[in-house]
Amino acid sequence: MNIQSCVEVRNEWDIVKARQEGRNIAKELGFGSVDQARITTAISELARNIYLYAGKGRIEISNLDSSGKIGLRIIASDDGPGIKDIRKVMEDGFTTSGGLGAGLPGVKRLMDEFSIDSKENEGTEIITTKWLR
Amino acid sequence: MRIPILKLHEYLLITIQVDLDDKTALQFQEDLLEKIHNTGAKGVVIDLTSVDMIDSFIAKVLGDVVRMSNLMGAKVVLTGIQPAVAITLIDLGIMLKNVPTALDLEQGLDKLKQELGG
Ligand SMILES: Nc1ncnc2c1ncn2[C@@H]1O[C@H](COP(=O)(O)OP(=O)(O)OP(=O)(O)O)[C@@H](O)[C@H]1O
Ligand SMILES: [Mg+2]
Repeated sequence: MNIQSCVEVRNEWDIVKARQEGRNIAKELGFGSVDQARITTAISELARNIYLYAGKGRIEISNLDSSGKIGLRIIASDDGPGIKDIRKVMEDGFTTSGGLGAGLPGVKRLMDEFSIDSKENEGTEIITTKWLR
Repeated sequence: MRIPILKLHEYLLITIQVDLDDKTALQFQEDLLEKIHNTGAKGVVIDLTSVDMIDSFIAKVLGDVVRMSNLMGAKVVLTGIQPAVAITLIDLGIMLKNVPTALDLEQGLDKLKQELGG
């Protein structure tokens, strides 16, 4: 089984589309309602960040199957301005847009694995995974 | 898309039944304040029973709408927050402090009656 979904994020509607896509895949893989909500919320945060800070980008959702362990992986990537100080944006409450600053540190807590790769003026790629328990 | 706001005596009732996009959420904020102003409503119940996800943006809009309504003299109670939603809000680090909540619409209305009647 190989599930692959890619949502281009260009407007508010695409944020909704990406998270609905994520919920469907999470359901299909057998995640319970709490983890479905966690995955959906993480996608919403990442998609909104793309829309707000990079203008456009994409959310890729795929399933992982590594030695019997089932997982769902989200890759959020954009060619936007990038993140200068990654340590800073991972602090609770840090925001440059008047938000709650809960998004990125929140995604890290919602998911099991989390990594950011970002270069100023080149873009940002965030990869995060949730394993089925 | 617009979220319907029902008036019942001095209360306003809202049941959110759509997957909220950002524009709809902000439009709702505006519509509710307008409605409070026009009707002089003293209490508002926002029922979230059908909402299966609240992210940081929607949480901020909800928190703001409670505070703004308070400024206008109306009390707001959020009802029906699903267990999965409560758990993800805590994961996000969002406590919705000072936001009154109740288990369901009925208890939400009771809470308002108590606060306003007393
Ligand atoms: N894809 C991105 N490209 C460039 N900068 C980003 C990107 N994602 C996040 N950032 C930066 O990281 C900061 C923190 O993001 P985070 O999602 O944690 O909080 P927020 O978006 O400001 O508020 P919230 O998500 O709570 O509404 C943002 O304010 C922004 O400056
Ligand atoms: Mg954010």
